[in-house]
Amino acid sequence: MSQYQPPLADITFALEHVVGYPDIAKLPAFEHADLDTVVELLEQCGEFMAEVVAPTNRQGDTQGSLLTSDATVVTPDGFKEAYRQYVEAGWGSVPLPEEFGGGGFPRTVGLVIQELMTSANMAFSLCPLLTQGAIEALLHYGDEDMKNRYLPKMVSGEWTGTMNLTEPQAGSDVGALTTRAVKNDDGSYSITGQKIFITYGDHDMAEEIVHLVLARTPGAPEGTRGISCFIVPKFLINDDGSVGARNSVQTVSLEHKMGIHASPTCVLSFEGATGYLIGEENLGMRIMFVMMNSARLGVGVQGLAVAERAYQQSLTYAQERHQGLAIGATGPSSALIEFPDVRRMLMTQRAGISAMRYLMLLDASYVDISSNHPNPAVRARANEIVGILTPICKSFGTDMGNEFTSLALQIQGGMGFIEETGAAQHVRDVRIAAIYEGTNGIQAADLVGRKLGVRNGASMLEFLATMREVETDLADAGEQFATICQELGRQFDALHEATVWMLRTGQSDPNAVLSGSSRTCACGVCAPAPGCCRVPPWQRPQPATPNWRSPNWCWLVFTLSRCCHSPQVCWARQPLAPRTSLPWTPGSCPGPAAGS
Amino acid sequence: MENSALNIVVLVKYVPDAQFDRHLIGDAHTIDRSESILSELDEYALEAALALTDARGGAKAGNVVTALTLGPASAAVAVKKSLQIGATQGLHVNDDALAGSDAWATSLALAAAIKTLGPVDLVITGMASTDGETSIIPAQLAARLGLPQVTFASALEVDGGTVTARRDGDDYSEEIQASLPALVSVTDQANDPRYPNFKGIIAAKKKKMTTMSLADLGLSASDVGLAGSLTTVSAAAERPARTAGTIITDSGDAGIQLVDFLAAQKLI
Repeated sequence: MSQYQPPLADITFALEHVVGYPDIAKLPAFEHADLDTVVELLEQCGEFMAEVVAPTNRQGDTQGSLLTSDATVVTPDGFKEAYRQYVEAGWGSVPLPEEFGGGGFPRTVGLVIQELMTSANMAFSLCPLLTQGAIEALLHYGDEDMKNRYLPKMVSGEWTGTMNLTEPQAGSDVGALTTRAVKNDDGSYSITGQKIFITYGDHDMAEEIVHLVLARTPGAPEGTRGISCFIVPKFLINDDGSVGARNSVQTVSLEHKMGIHASPTCVLSFEGATGYLIGEENLGMRIMFVMMNSARLGVGVQGLAVAERAYQQSLTYAQERHQGLAIGATGPSSALIEFPDVRRMLMTQRAGISAMRYLMLLDASYVDISSNHPNPAVRARANEIVGILTPICKSFGTDMGNEFTSLALQIQGGMGFIEETGAAQHVRDVRIAAIYEGTNGIQAADLVGRKLGVRNGASMLEFLATMREVETDLADAGEQFATICQELGRQFDALHEATVWMLRTGQSDPNAVLSGSSRTCACGVCAPAPGCCRVPPWQRPQPATPNWRSPNWCWLVFTLSRCCHSPQVCWARQPLAPRTSLPWTPGSCPGPAAGS
Repeated sequence: MENSALNIVVLVKYVPDAQFDRHLIGDAHTIDRSESILSELDEYALEAALALTDARGGAKAGNVVTALTLGPASAAVAVKKSLQIGATQGLHVNDDALAGSDAWATSLALAAAIKTLGPVDLVITGMASTDGETSIIPAQLAARLGLPQVTFASALEVDGGTVTARRDGDDYSEEIQASLPALVSVTDQANDPRYPNFKGIIAAKKKKMTTMSLADLGLSASDVGLAGSLTTVSAAAERPARTAGTIITDSGDAGIQLVDFLAAQKLI
């Protein structure tokens, strides 16, 4: 299996030229996070992930986490040590508040770190991802004492976090959960019930695990309105902050899964476990949504990250594997990359990965604007856009993750189907991402049911209008962009028409609208257009030199190809030369082969 | 005395990344440094220094670890990385006249640079550079500075005014002591070098980084470079491309052919 190479040139390009990171760094409290500093950090972070975390990926898959006879979970060889180094290096704390020991960097930067870690090892990355979600819930709703008690060690990564929502009868329907919480005399609660699918519900990488648990108090309203959120630590915390007695939460079993074998998916049994209410009773769903919104974008990034890793592997294979002779080639044999169909598959992955990265970073940049912009109106608008983009990021990112890892395997033929090469692991690992954290169908329902109707549809329609600003730039970009401009315009029209139809029909025939919602979510790929708009024309690839295959334009082309179902039109005329090393430099995408 | 602060100099070199193909440029056989990094072997020297100073309260307690490099402007990368990993300050000797210096001339300039740092307790180096691989700099430097030298240490302790090092041979280990100040070179078995911590990377931007020319060191151009070198590279060539292997076709005697081949290569 080939080594993971952090795509820093692509990431830097995306930050600087696509999502306008320099503007994010100008926001109050982000001044220390200028682009140069960020790139320096990311270079070191990439090196760490490639050298320390990536080598554990295969071992994690073959060995998996195990439940021992004394009901403790043991992670695969190398995980404990890699996690220790991860905590020491402090990568988890970069985007978290300085008040609790974090770096106070923008979410956008945190998201890149997450991509690097997830490409290195998705199963490993889930532990910090869940911890981050728990941290955000505590930051928003925890009281001061709670924050001071738990956050510093969670921010550093010494303690990890979990999300306990699902029960056997309560999956997508969280409101059906039955875990009980009864108030004790000292103000704490006694939690009893069974939770399933708890990621990193137990493990041996940290001394403490902080469970966030949804449960019902006696007499609470039915459904989601009667859910409260509790902290249930694996070990009770003593008054001096040290780790004390074992709480009564036990791992009953581990699931045997299709992928992410190294990530222990636990069935947890709470038997009168001591819990502490976060915020107030019956606020649980609101608190969980803080966690979930953060995690949904994070799960979208998993699609991107695993696709990137799989792509790198398929590219190396296509360069090294020689079979037969390509048309017009001389010599004994041709590398797979010389064959048009293989090139198509490589370019499809390549362009799609760029599109995903831009989309995820764009969403993250709006998260930063929504939290740090001095103007309340700008913050509010950014928050609306985050609402639109997050379900799109989650579902588009993970749908594409499935598709591209499958394409990467296809390029490797029979060798890809054999487990030892590692290609299959990517397909298996990323498969869960379209399911958990709200299935992609749930995301679509969220987009159409909740986000579309914001301000009677004005939020979405304004967003579409902003996206269409790119058309003016495209029209000015010259003859070579005419086809792209025309096709993009057609797709914008379709998206606009669908949106207006959904707004009009939503009240009278909601089922008709919801049946088409997944498709709308997929069409959301058009969303990164404002990202392109932010690039001033003089910084764009100059049409005079036909290098429109730089990521910006790849994205546009990809958008078209996805929507108009004719990728060949876009790819066939682009010759692709073998690359000698990764990552490529933006603007110097695989160029025409010498003499072609 | 045991916990008194230490002033340590670590030699760090900017070398071509061994992950990539390495090339020589032009007739002068200079090394292509376009894909270069802090020498991996020097990371062990830096870790040894940081472990000693961490145990003594680090920079706050007055400990100093100076990362010293000699090379062109790009070599500052090695110092920067050292600062990110945890060195207190950086010193970069950079002068066009240094180009072409052999180990002898290099050690002269390094010794002069170390003398500018005041009383130093320890000079720690890696076991070799991963490009030139002469391994002679530590010995020459110790001689020029008048320091006792302990080479190829696989473990290192400082107690009071004494450094104790373990040297591992093929079938023995020996423990060597020297009084401070001293020079120690460490092997790649000495420790497990740390990765830069994210806060360390941010902090490194504010650390002191000094660049010195030959004039700053009180040296003249003729002391170093090709003029000041005792050795010259008379010829160098890139390793020839690998030749095709031998394919034995079995027509009943493949076993014999195979044995003959192995015998001819003196493999059996």
